[in-house]
Amino acid sequence: MSVDAVTVDGVEGARSGRHAAPEQVARRRRGGGREQRMVPDAEPVSYYGQPVLNRPTWKSRDIAGYFFVGGLAGASSIFGAAAQASGRPGTARVAKLGALGGVTLSAAALVHDLGRPSRFYNMLRVFKPTSPMSVGSWILSGFGPAAGVAALSDLTGRAPRIGAAATASAAVLGSAVATYTAVLVTDTAVPAWHDGHKLMPVVFGASAASSAAGLALVAAPSGESGPARQVAAVASLVEELSLEAMTRSMSDEVGHAYHEGRAGKLLRAAKACTAFGAVAAAVAGHRRPVGVAAGLALLTGSALTRFGVFHAGLASADDPQATTGPQRARLAT
Amino acid sequence: MTAVEPERMGFFTDTSVCIGCKACEVACKEWNHVPDDHQGLTGFSYDNTVGLGANTWRHVAFIEQQRPVDVDREGMRWLMASDVCKHCTHAACLDVCPTGSLFRTEFGTVVVQEDVCNGCGYCVPACPYGVIDKREDDGRVWKCTLCYDRLRDDLEPACAKACPTESIQFGPLEEMRERAGDRLRELQTAGIDGAQLYGDDPDDGVGGQGSIFLLLDEPEVYGLPPDPVVCTRDLPAMWGRAGLASVGLLAGAALAFMRRR
Repeated sequence: MSVDAVTVDGVEGARSGRHAAPEQVARRRRGGGREQRMVPDAEPVSYYGQPVLNRPTWKSRDIAGYFFVGGLAGASSIFGAAAQASGRPGTARVAKLGALGGVTLSAAALVHDLGRPSRFYNMLRVFKPTSPMSVGSWILSGFGPAAGVAALSDLTGRAPRIGAAATASAAVLGSAVATYTAVLVTDTAVPAWHDGHKLMPVVFGASAASSAAGLALVAAPSGESGPARQVAAVASLVEELSLEAMTRSMSDEVGHAYHEGRAGKLLRAAKACTAFGAVAAAVAGHRRPVGVAAGLALLTGSALTRFGVFHAGLASADDPQATTGPQRARLAT
Repeated sequence: MTAVEPERMGFFTDTSVCIGCKACEVACKEWNHVPDDHQGLTGFSYDNTVGLGANTWRHVAFIEQQRPVDVDREGMRWLMASDVCKHCTHAACLDVCPTGSLFRTEFGTVVVQEDVCNGCGYCVPACPYGVIDKREDDGRVWKCTLCYDRLRDDLEPACAKACPTESIQFGPLEEMRERAGDRLRELQTAGIDGAQLYGDDPDDGVGGQGSIFLLLDEPEVYGLPPDPVVCTRDLPAMWGRAGLASVGLLAGAALAFMRRR
């Protein structure tokens, strides 16, 4: 090979692979000349294609699963309070039991994911506003008992005043439970999560509301289903639109994680389920079978959305270009 | 005797004199009882350990580059660099740790308290450099302590002690910055293009690193992020957005349920 073959843009004519040795890897393009380039655009610079970040160690069943059941619990507790206040006892009971079930599963998933489950109590050793996980632990430790008392009081009919106070507290804390998980994932260096920090709380909040509406449609009396159907329609629309806007706001290097691979599949399935659920909820009226089908689709769609977002993050953590590309672009401006 | 607040201590890793001997990796493992890691061949030049992690606290990167050395000749250049925890001024791992296990020492370094860590793993995706990681069989996270135990006995870290070429230097961070600046000027005067400092700017996205580097090419070539930012910089905005979303949830549900049936 003659010296002429080696240019500032790499080895002329060489098409470097994804895991190319660095000598084949071109320097990034400087300036935006309009002239025809004589060499093909080379693969971007990385260290043997290795990720810059360490991959999140969270297990998807535990943590993406928690985002779903925690969101369901939080939004259901809001449903419980609103249904009770508006005289819909059947929906209130289903929502309160759903909240209790959801928060119980959440606690189990969170403890299970710890590397040292026996040290779960260290979560309440300090309160740190800089750590969304610390804030979330404190919120959950207030929310769990409140949801429990609200559900038990509803079931037994005992201590109605305490039950009402617990229902109201669970609703307020539940709104935090449903959205803080978005801060938890976006407060990381994972590009596909962090770069979505403006809209992720909307995606997660809407997804939680959609799942709570789904649960109400499945299990609450169909005669009370009007509000659940309305929430289903609006929340599903907001969930899909905000997710779309979030991924569009990202650079291509980062955003593609939401469209490709496992995350892409999960999110396309989520969209189909959510759309079906929203339409079915809108036309269900008081017909129970249609309502149940709508509710199941909404619950599935919400869960798939969380798993999709989770896997998009894993894919982008594995991709060195998702980390370095936007940073290099920032330095160039 | 009155207690004197020690200066902030740090590393200056001058990769221009690294010979890739990996004495730093070995000394670190020996002193800190770090378990073995990948033992095979990677095919990435002489790199066996690939990157920093729970069981690799010093990692020597090897990069082979072909480049013209003369008008009619091409040559080969071998870049070697010993990577380590950056001990950031604004450390994301420390910020997001929910148990207070990660803390800042009197030397300005960032250390995990292994008797407190419950293995939640939040620090792993928070680190913009991919330094800290979970040890799977142990369940807790581990990383460079900048030999906290040795520092308390007025000793230098094991890696710096073992480095035969003084590629790894240790001392008060201010002094490290000065030495790094002097060395960069020396190389620039000698006509070494591409030489640059990494992590020495206190105004960068992590408030400056406690381990600074002199590199001979762009950071990406070594697997380092060119402009890392601590994720918690955006945290107030995130909490604000989440608060709005919470209020939206409550208001939306109230609207749906309170309307006439």
